[in-house]
Amino acid sequence: MGTFFQAISDGVLEGGVYGLMAVGLTLIFGVLDIINIAQGIMVILGAYLSYVLWTHLHIDVFVGLLITIPTMFIIGVAIQYLFIRPLRGRERTSMSLLACYAVAIITEGLLYQHFGSNYLSMNTYWTSPKAEIKIFGYYLPYIYLLGFALAVLFVVAIYLMLYRTQFGRSVRATMQDHTAARLVGIDVNRVAAITFGIGVGVTAAGGMVFGELNAFNPNTGYDLISRLLAIVILGGMGSIGGALGASVLVLTLASLVDVYWNPEWSTVVFYGALVLVLVFRPQGLFGRKEARAQ
Amino acid sequence: MKSLALWRGVGLAMLLAVAAIIPLGNDVVLTEVGVLVLMYVGAAVAWNIFSGFTGYISLGAAVFFGSGVYTVALITKHLNLVGGVVFALYPLGGLVAAVIAVPFGLIALRVRRHTFVVVTIAVFFIFQLMASNFSWTGGAVGLIPPFLNWDAATVWNPFYYTALIIAVVSAVLAWAIWGSRFGLQLRAIRDDEDRARGLGVKTMRVKLAAFVISAFILGTLGGLYFYFQSDALPQYAFNPFFDLTIALMAFLGGFGTLAGPIFGALLLEPYLGWAQQQVTNTYVAQVVLGALFLVVIIFLPRGLLPTVGEKLTAIQASRQRRAAEQKTGPPPGVPIGAATAGSPAEQTTRSAS
Repeated sequence: MGTFFQAISDGVLEGGVYGLMAVGLTLIFGVLDIINIAQGIMVILGAYLSYVLWTHLHIDVFVGLLITIPTMFIIGVAIQYLFIRPLRGRERTSMSLLACYAVAIITEGLLYQHFGSNYLSMNTYWTSPKAEIKIFGYYLPYIYLLGFALAVLFVVAIYLMLYRTQFGRSVRATMQDHTAARLVGIDVNRVAAITFGIGVGVTAAGGMVFGELNAFNPNTGYDLISRLLAIVILGGMGSIGGALGASVLVLTLASLVDVYWNPEWSTVVFYGALVLVLVFRPQGLFGRKEARAQ
Repeated sequence: MKSLALWRGVGLAMLLAVAAIIPLGNDVVLTEVGVLVLMYVGAAVAWNIFSGFTGYISLGAAVFFGSGVYTVALITKHLNLVGGVVFALYPLGGLVAAVIAVPFGLIALRVRRHTFVVVTIAVFFIFQLMASNFSWTGGAVGLIPPFLNWDAATVWNPFYYTALIIAVVSAVLAWAIWGSRFGLQLRAIRDDEDRARGLGVKTMRVKLAAFVISAFILGTLGGLYFYFQSDALPQYAFNPFFDLTIALMAFLGGFGTLAGPIFGALLLEPYLGWAQQQVTNTYVAQVVLGALFLVVIIFLPRGLLPTVGEKLTAIQASRQRRAAEQKTGPPPGVPIGAATAGSPAEQTTRSAS
C-alpha cells in the first residue's frame, strides 16, 4: 500500500510539472491555431540555460528563472515573428507545424554542437538526498513540491491574465474568432507574438524542474514533445484546465505502471491512453465538440 | 502548351535513360548513392500519394517503412533464406505495412489537420518503442541479414534496379491516380472535405485507400532497405528524420504535385548523402537541413516546380502579349494577357486568399 501512495503522489506532483509545459503548448494552439512542435526542445533549452547559469555562474536554479524566463519569452516572440508570421496561403496551418519542426531540429543541432550528446544532470542542492521531507512516512523531495507549486503559480497567473486583464480579453477574443477580433480593433499579430512568447517562456520553468528531476540530452526533446502532445490532445486542444487535468491523470497512471510493471513501458501509457481516447472521444476528454473552423 | 508537354516527355525519357545506365559504369559509390536517391524518390512519391493529394500531412511514414524492414528481417531470420530469392520478399514487407495501415488509418483518419499530424507522430513513437522493447525484434541490438556472397563491384546493382523499378512504378501509379475518379475524390477532400462528403464522396473509404497504397510502397522500400543497410535497428528503421526528410522533399519540389516529390528527392538526397560524408559531425548537416526547410516554407511555400512553372508561363504570356502589340499597336485599355482565364496573376491572387 505504501508504494501505491508513493506512486500516486509522485505521479500527481510530476503531473503538475508536465501540466505547466502542456499549458504553454495548448495556449499557443488556442490562440495561433498552430502546434508548436518545438515545445519539447524548448523545455530542454530551458534546462540547459538553468544548467549553464548554475555551473558557470553559481546562480541557484530558482533565482535563475528571473533570467531564463525572459530569455525564453524573447526567443518565443522571435520565432513567431521570423518564422510563423510570414507564412501565407491555404496550407498555412500545416506549414507552421513544419516550421516549428524545423526550428526544433535546428535548436537540437545547435545544442548537440555545443554540449555534445552526453546526458547531463544538475548537481544542485535540490537534487541531493537531504532535500526531501517526510510526511506520513512518504518521502517527498522538495523539488517535486516546489515544481508543483511553481506549476500551480504559473497556471493561476496565466488564468488571471486571460480572465482578468484587458490583454487577456483580446487573447480570448482572438481564440474565438480571428477575423472578428481584428474587426473590433485588436492587434492580432501582437497578441499572437506575445502569446507565443508566454507559451515558450513557461518552458523555462518547466525545463528547470525537468532538468532537476531527469538526466537530459538534446534528444530528450523528442520524447518530451510526444508526451506533451499526447497530454494536450487528451485534455482537448486549446483547453487549459484540460491540459492540467490530463497531465496529472496520465502521469499518475504512468507512475503506477512504472512501479508495478516496468519503467520501459510507462511511456506506452501516454500513447495507449491517447489512442483509446481518440477512438471514443476524438475531441479529447475536456474538449469542445466542434473543432475550430479553418 | 504543346511544346511544354513535348519537353516534359523528352526530359522524362532522358532522366530514365540516365538512371538506367548509371550502374553500368561499375562505380560502386555512385551506385550506392543512387540506390538511396531512388529509394527516397519512391518514398516521397508514396508519401505524396496520400499526404499531398488529400492534404493530410502524415509524419508517420516511418511506421510503414520500419514495418517493412522488420517483416523482411524476421522472415529471413526464421527461414534462413540466402541469395537472390530475398528480392521476392520485399512486397511482403509492403503487405504487412498495408495491413498495419488499416487500423492505423481507421483511428488516425477520424481526426483532421493538427490532431492528425500529432496522432501519426504518436503512433510512430509507439512502433519505435515496440521495436526496441520486444524480445522478438532483437531489441536495441536489432537483426542482421544473412551475408550476400556477391561480387563487390556489382553488389549494389540488383538493389539499384529494384529501387528504380519501385520508384518508376510508384510514379506511374501516382500519375494514374491523379487523373482518375479516385484521384479527383482525394483532391476534393484536400480542397474541402465536408463539401466532398456532401457531394457523395465516401471520404473515410477513399482516404483509407490512399493511406494503404502509400503504406504498401513504403513497406516494400523498407524491405529493400533492410538488405541494403544490412541491419534492422529501432532507431534507423523507425527514424523521425525519415518522415521529415520525405516531407521536405515533397514540399521542396511541390506539395501535392506529380513531379514535385521526384524533383525534391533528386535534389535533396544527394546533398544529404554528401553532407554526411563531408562534415565530420552530422549536427551541421542537421542545422542546414532545418534552415533549408524554413527557407522553403517561407519563400517557396508551394514548392520549386509550381513557382518556376508559373514564372515560365508569365514570361511566355508577356512575350505573346508583346508580339500581339507589335502586330496591332498598343492595346486599348485592357492588356490582353489579363483577359485570358487562369493567367498567372489571377492564379497567384487566388492561392493567396
